Amino acid sequence: MILKKILIIYFLLIFPLQSNEVNQELIEIYKNLRCLICQGQSVADSNSDFATTLKLVVQDQVEEGKTKKEIYDFLISKYGEWIVYQPPLNKNNFLLWFLPYFILALGGLIIFIIIRKSNNNKAN
Amino acid sequence: MKINFSKIIIFSFVVFLISVFWMGLKNNNNYNTKNLTGSEISSFKLPSIYNGDIISDETLKQNQFTLINFFASWCAPCRLEHKYLIKLANHNKDIKILGINFKDKKKNVINFLNELDDPYDYVVEDQDGKTSILFGIYGIPETILINKELIIIKKIVGPIDKKQFEEILNFIQ
Amino acid sequence: MLSNIGSTLIFCILSLSILIIYNSYVDIKIKNQLIKKSIYNLSLLQTTATVMSFFTLVAGFIFSDFSIVNVYENSHSDKPLFYKVAGTWGNHEGSLLLWINILVLFSYLFLIYNLKHNKKFRLYTLIFQNFLIIGFVIFLLLNSNPFSLIYPVPSEGLGLNPILQDPALAIHPPLLYVGFVGCSIYFSAAIGSMLSEYNGKRFALSIKPWVQISWVFQTLGITVGSIWAYYELGWGGFWFWDPVENASLLPWFAISALMHSVMVLEKRNTLYEWVIILCLLTFILSVMGTFLVRSGILNSVHTFASDPSRGLYILIFLSLMIFTSLIIFFKKRKKDEYNFNPNSKETFILANNWFMIFFLVTVLIGTLYPIFLDVLTNIKVSVGPPFYNIVIIPFVIPFLLLMAIGPQISWINSKKNYLLKTIYILGGALVINLFLFYFFGSYGFYSNLILIIATFLILHLIIDVKKSLKKKFEYPRIVSHLGFGFLVFFIGINYQHSVETDFNLRVGETQKLNNYEIFFENIKIEKNKNYKSVIGDFKIIDLKKNYVQYLSPEIRIYAKPETLTYEAAIKSRINSDLYLTMSNISRSDFYNIKFQNKPFMIWIWISALMIALGGVLQLMLKKNEN
Repeated sequence: MILKKILIIYFLLIFPLQSNEVNQELIEIYKNLRCLICQGQSVADSNSDFATTLKLVVQDQVEEGKTKKEIYDFLISKYGEWIVYQPPLNKNNFLLWFLPYFILALGGLIIFIIIRKSNNNKAN
Repeated sequence: MKINFSKIIIFSFVVFLISVFWMGLKNNNNYNTKNLTGSEISSFKLPSIYNGDIISDETLKQNQFTLINFFASWCAPCRLEHKYLIKLANHNKDIKILGINFKDKKKNVINFLNELDDPYDYVVEDQDGKTSILFGIYGIPETILINKELIIIKKIVGPIDKKQFEEILNFIQ
Repeated sequence: MLSNIGSTLIFCILSLSILIIYNSYVDIKIKNQLIKKSIYNLSLLQTTATVMSFFTLVAGFIFSDFSIVNVYENSHSDKPLFYKVAGTWGNHEGSLLLWINILVLFSYLFLIYNLKHNKKFRLYTLIFQNFLIIGFVIFLLLNSNPFSLIYPVPSEGLGLNPILQDPALAIHPPLLYVGFVGCSIYFSAAIGSMLSEYNGKRFALSIKPWVQISWVFQTLGITVGSIWAYYELGWGGFWFWDPVENASLLPWFAISALMHSVMVLEKRNTLYEWVIILCLLTFILSVMGTFLVRSGILNSVHTFASDPSRGLYILIFLSLMIFTSLIIFFKKRKKDEYNFNPNSKETFILANNWFMIFFLVTVLIGTLYPIFLDVLTNIKVSVGPPFYNIVIIPFVIPFLLLMAIGPQISWINSKKNYLLKTIYILGGALVINLFLFYFFGSYGFYSNLILIIATFLILHLIIDVKKSLKKKFEYPRIVSHLGFGFLVFFIGINYQHSVETDFNLRVGETQKLNNYEIFFENIKIEKNKNYKSVIGDFKIIDLKKNYVQYLSPEIRIYAKPETLTYEAAIKSRINSDLYLTMSNISRSDFYNIKFQNKPFMIWIWISALMIALGGVLQLMLKKNEN
């Protein structure tokens, strides 16, 4: 049956994939930090001097057992919120996080009204 | 009535959007770390390049004012601001200058300071640059003026120019 | 001399636009069904002049005429011919000329391909399209003239950024511009439709092919841009949610929504008002995107050299466009008759639009928010990949689900049978996913769900293929949706299972990772025509499969202009790519090495191309019908 054939191909394709290397968490942090002297690159992608230094600092802090949030908070206290790519949820960024969902709800409401109107039209 | 209300909202929103874009065009302030002004510096410990003595934030508490200057022998703009550092060193007010040598080689620094005169009361080395992050540094040269309580009064990104030099003088009067 | 020809031709375009507007306005008053022949001729003349002006600039680049500022700033005699030509549109002024070309070309094509449609509608469309053309031509003449002269004539050009000398990057702008600027025609058509009250199904039929064409090119443009970023930029990613990338994605969401809604307008004669809104919104987003990119208001690795005066012009133009369309819209709108079966395809297309607009709004807010906050409160925040991933990814799941179920709805004979079939397929997807789970231990909750649903969609469509072999008109939808399902699937796996490492190494040292050993064999230096390269030879040993690969990333030092680029060494294979970049650490003999294993990269590109292919199929089918 088609489903079986698909399963077999799937299995063969997926098999070679492997598990993650150890320092994925480090890379994740690097990706969330902005290289301040580059034009729109993360510390993970940048080859600049600043990126090199910052990576060392992050490595030290991770080894000390600091959590991701602690590291981000520390860097934000030194460099401002601009250095992290995930904007923290606070009164400055509240709108940023809230608006998309608000629009989603609004859109849903509009569609609901349209469908109801359409039902009424059908009934008439 | 409902249509009029949404018309007003949409028009206002568009006017708002365009105004913000227009203002965004005019004000092009670059990123800086002026937000650090008013906060206390972090604790740090760095070895002096001359005798290995440890200089820390505690050391600086004895000074009325300390000017912390991040520099390196390989940094061209550092040479531009050097004359202001010398002037401050010769000033009769109680301001001490701490030079933090960033990612450099001892031999090169000593040559650099011999060549240009040494304005620093202390020179320490930050070999891997990690301490600079504690100070919110992202480029060289950068300078921080702190008071006796180790509070940051002024942060200068890039070489000190005449205007900033005069501002420093005003602060320490 | 070339400069004079070019400038003259630009003035011709301007004059012809004015003539076209005037003649069209006069002809509208004449109550017949035929458009005066002179208008066709003017339009053809306009197209000829525009294309000739573009070729004039190309000639300037080919013959290295450095008396033209644009050629001087962006070219060099030593550049290979292909890149000299591509240099024409690889800069602000030249790309603006390309914009105008597309505006004019589409204006003419729309005129001659709509013979069966209402005269007033066609003329109003022509008029407004020409207003757009005039706006851009004036901008070009006053601020960004590609034919400006420089005296004394320099002997050599400044050269083009070496990063831009790449085949993918050469074709990426033209592809994208046909998408971006192609939407201008249905912006004008929307206004034309409102003014002439030529609405409903007939309007849908008129704009549908243009929506499809712009959509195909936009999809291809974005895909090629991502492919270029992956192979050339050296960070191993292909999408960074960079503001400039987002500027190209916003119209894509709008066009996709429009493409679906236009079908509803055509088949059921409803949603006219919404289609108008989308038509207007799309080109407004394009112009806003170009404003963000060229004005210098954003900080990005992609921006053209910025200039606030450009920004001011584009902002004025954008404002005029928005206010004009809003005023006309509010004056001319009529209450829409919503007359469709709520359990039908139309509802699902509404749902598609709902999600598309949500994605659009999210990307829009993410892109604009830092600007707004900075202007209003002087606080700088960054909005990057984590924001977009967190907000968008969860909603991709219901979106894919609706994509699978939606098209089936009109053929539901028995609800019970359908429900059973759905459960069957969902079960199949879950089983497949169990294999993934078994092999890799746990992975993200959302990635899990996404893969299940993507698989569900894919299976659904494959079964659909069997059923629809006879129905040719289903092919485009199946191909595009299948492409989309595959895209989400492969990106999902790639995102979750990419292995990325970052470490410092000296020549002769080996780095041991979980599944690999990387030996830094040696460094060699080579001199090329216009750059010096530092090449690192690396031996990669795959410990699990006992397999050896050699990769040689480069650091290139260019002289004219002085730039440094990092060339990644990439081995693309069927099931994954090996990716290696090397950069030197100043004042140290260590090199920073980034090694990545990225599953299914090639399939990501293939899926994206498949999406575009569906659109192409649809256009071909339409042609056959006619």
